[in-house]
Amino acid sequence: MMDFFSVFGFDANTEWVLTGSLLLGFASGTIGSFVLLKKQSLISDAMAHATLPGVCLVYILFQVKSIPLFLIGAALTGLLATQAIQLIINRSRIKTDAAIGITISVFFGFGIVLLTYIQQHFGGSKAGLDTFIFGQAASLVKSDVQVITIGSLILTLIAALFFKEFKTVVFDPSFAKGIGLPVRLLDGLLFSLVLLVVVIGIQMVGVVLIAALLITPPLAARYWTEQLGVMAFLGGSFGAVSGISGAVLSTTIDHLPTGPMMVLSASSIFFLSFLFGSKKGMFTRMVKQL
Amino acid sequence: MSYTLWIILTGCLVGITCGMSGVLLLLKKMSMIADAISHTVLLGIVGAFFVSQSLNGLPMLIGAAVVGLATAFFVESLHRSGIQSDAAIGVVFTSFFALGVVLISFIGDQVHLDTKHALMGEIAFVPWDTLQINGESYGPVAVWMLGIVLILNLTLIAAFYKEMKISTFDPQYAKLIGVPVVLVHYLLMGMVSLSTVASFDSVGAILVVAMLIVPGATAYLLTDRFLTLLLLSGIVGIFSAIIGYGAAVYWNVSIAGAMASATGLLFMVAFLFSPKHGWLMKKVKQRRLAAGS
Amino acid sequence: MNALTVNKMTVVYDKQPALEHVSFSVPEGSLTGIIGPNGAGKSTLIKAALQLIPARSGSVEVFGQPYKTQKQLIGYVPQRSEVDWDFPTNALDIVLMGRYRQIGWFKRATNKDIEWARACLEKVGMEEFAKRQISQLSGGQQQRVFLARALAQDASIYFMDEPFAGVDAATEKAIIQLMKDWKQQGKTVLVVHHDLSTVEDYFDHVLLLNKRPIDCGPTQSVFTIDNLEKAYGGSIAFLQKTTAAGGRQ
Repeated sequence: MMDFFSVFGFDANTEWVLTGSLLLGFASGTIGSFVLLKKQSLISDAMAHATLPGVCLVYILFQVKSIPLFLIGAALTGLLATQAIQLIINRSRIKTDAAIGITISVFFGFGIVLLTYIQQHFGGSKAGLDTFIFGQAASLVKSDVQVITIGSLILTLIAALFFKEFKTVVFDPSFAKGIGLPVRLLDGLLFSLVLLVVVIGIQMVGVVLIAALLITPPLAARYWTEQLGVMAFLGGSFGAVSGISGAVLSTTIDHLPTGPMMVLSASSIFFLSFLFGSKKGMFTRMVKQL
Repeated sequence: MSYTLWIILTGCLVGITCGMSGVLLLLKKMSMIADAISHTVLLGIVGAFFVSQSLNGLPMLIGAAVVGLATAFFVESLHRSGIQSDAAIGVVFTSFFALGVVLISFIGDQVHLDTKHALMGEIAFVPWDTLQINGESYGPVAVWMLGIVLILNLTLIAAFYKEMKISTFDPQYAKLIGVPVVLVHYLLMGMVSLSTVASFDSVGAILVVAMLIVPGATAYLLTDRFLTLLLLSGIVGIFSAIIGYGAAVYWNVSIAGAMASATGLLFMVAFLFSPKHGWLMKKVKQRRLAAGS
Repeated sequence: MNALTVNKMTVVYDKQPALEHVSFSVPEGSLTGIIGPNGAGKSTLIKAALQLIPARSGSVEVFGQPYKTQKQLIGYVPQRSEVDWDFPTNALDIVLMGRYRQIGWFKRATNKDIEWARACLEKVGMEEFAKRQISQLSGGQQQRVFLARALAQDASIYFMDEPFAGVDAATEKAIIQLMKDWKQQGKTVLVVHHDLSTVEDYFDHVLLLNKRPIDCGPTQSVFTIDNLEKAYGGSIAFLQKTTAAGGRQ
């Protein structure tokens, strides 16, 4: 893998970044397939936005720049946000979409408050927390990327290992219960995978747009296949391509933010699939009707 | 008028304008469209800058309105082609927003438009950017823009009050009895787009989303009457702006972020303590019923 | 004269035909039940006829004129579950919606309209609930508010979609009384209905439907075991039990 990139003349750090973005893209595309089928695309967006206050709170409490601590904080507030959405839906007359909207804007708004608080009181530009908003691959150091790379690998492995079980649970929970699968446990595991891929991805892609890497690649894959297995793999591949092309462009061209470039790559793949996809693409359908 | 009052006035105008149009979306279960539009408007503003090479009111307003309506249109088209609506919203707004952010980075330092500005706005600078006619200063441009949009929104709501109510409650029946449902829908989308554009430059995407969704949701927990709901949404928006400004000054933090947090605080209070629909109040009532019987 | 004529109506959902070439007509002043198994397209048929959902092909005539020009003659009672009853308004306000055509653009409801709406609520036994929030009404009461709204339209043809589904005895009585009144006034009523045991008591005409029309006409000639077998197919054993008192040999 490493030798493959060095052909293009990237330095060692960039190679790490590229490997990380590739694997992160694959993990999010694969796990995103389940998110899509569970109709939780926007909940994952809320979760992503809500990680910002977590990162900031950890910095205010411990006043150190420590990636593991940041990620724990991010996971905690991300989890809190999804709980808040559930609570609002179950305990009031507010419906799902508004509950998600409330959570996104309030958590993120509070994150911005904390971010400016840090800048005022700790000279926080040193902490580089700004990069969490849109992600900046160039600012990542080797240990950051190692977290992303190894984390993505493990998440993808778990998704592959429990693929059959996840598929059954997502598709037909009552059937899954009937054949003796631990539905709650598997649901919880799947949820953890989503949360973790968001958390490890925010440094590179940013909290504002990381959800797009979960939503767009699998949706593009839907235009090529109707089988979940193929969709997950294809979604992963699209994610990997988006991740690496975004990273390459943002490291080679000055000022380009990484996250938005990755998302634009994914959107381009989606657009092409929407037009030319072999199953549901617009042109394919038109040709079939002729 | 003093510096502080102008900022508070701007915040209040954002609160009332976004609050009133947002609650109509809430009733149509389209709050996330508000979230989407307030992100994609950035692309409209950047696009208008590339075309006109300036950040002046009119081109920006047009660009943003076009992109806002395009967002609503694309989401609906994708949804109709068989994509579930949440994913359709997700794809469209992240694509447009990403494009907007990337284009901004090409503009570089030429103008005061950057990604941070897009998210957090520059409400603190509002009082300095005044409307100049013949060398006379007539108050901040943002206040004028928001005021005009507010009056426009109020006029539209007053004129189409019945139509909006019927087509929100029961669109199929509305269509049957001759209400121009599609027209009313796009009027509403236009109102939301305009409110977003007028607010966006001064307060940024975060606060626009918060003001569009949260005050309406808060009011929805407090009243069961349509007209009261509309008015209350505006009032909650105003209170959020004032509380948020106070907090921002006290802790020296982002004004837009603090106002957004304040909407959340007020929502939480209503969620717990609303006399009719509050969680805790319902619990207390249940306990009393159980004790009584 | 036929109050309603539907010609070769075809509706397609997701490439699956929901209705195929449905043609039928209903005489003026009749009380017609639209009957058929689950998924037969009963609700789809009236929604497509009222152009609330798109039809692939077909035309609809009301009193011999194209539907488009006759919309003002149509009254409609949708299924209760199709709207969000948390909507912030009261019962009287919902009934006033039925007066929309009479009130017109940009104008507010006059005292006369409000009197009219109150009278409609009274007819369905809901006068004391006029100012009650709709979220606080029971299912049956909500159904009666919808009935009053249709009544307020003062239409010539009424379409009702499963009005009897999950309502209390008082509401059932109110619906039956309303149908009788309408019949007496010479109005035409079409009702999507699924309780076979009451078909003969409620309706003088029946349209038997299973994606295609099986038969349409006066109840005695259409509501037969033979026809039901055609419409319900395999589930006929179950059917014979439920309609023991119903269908004729």
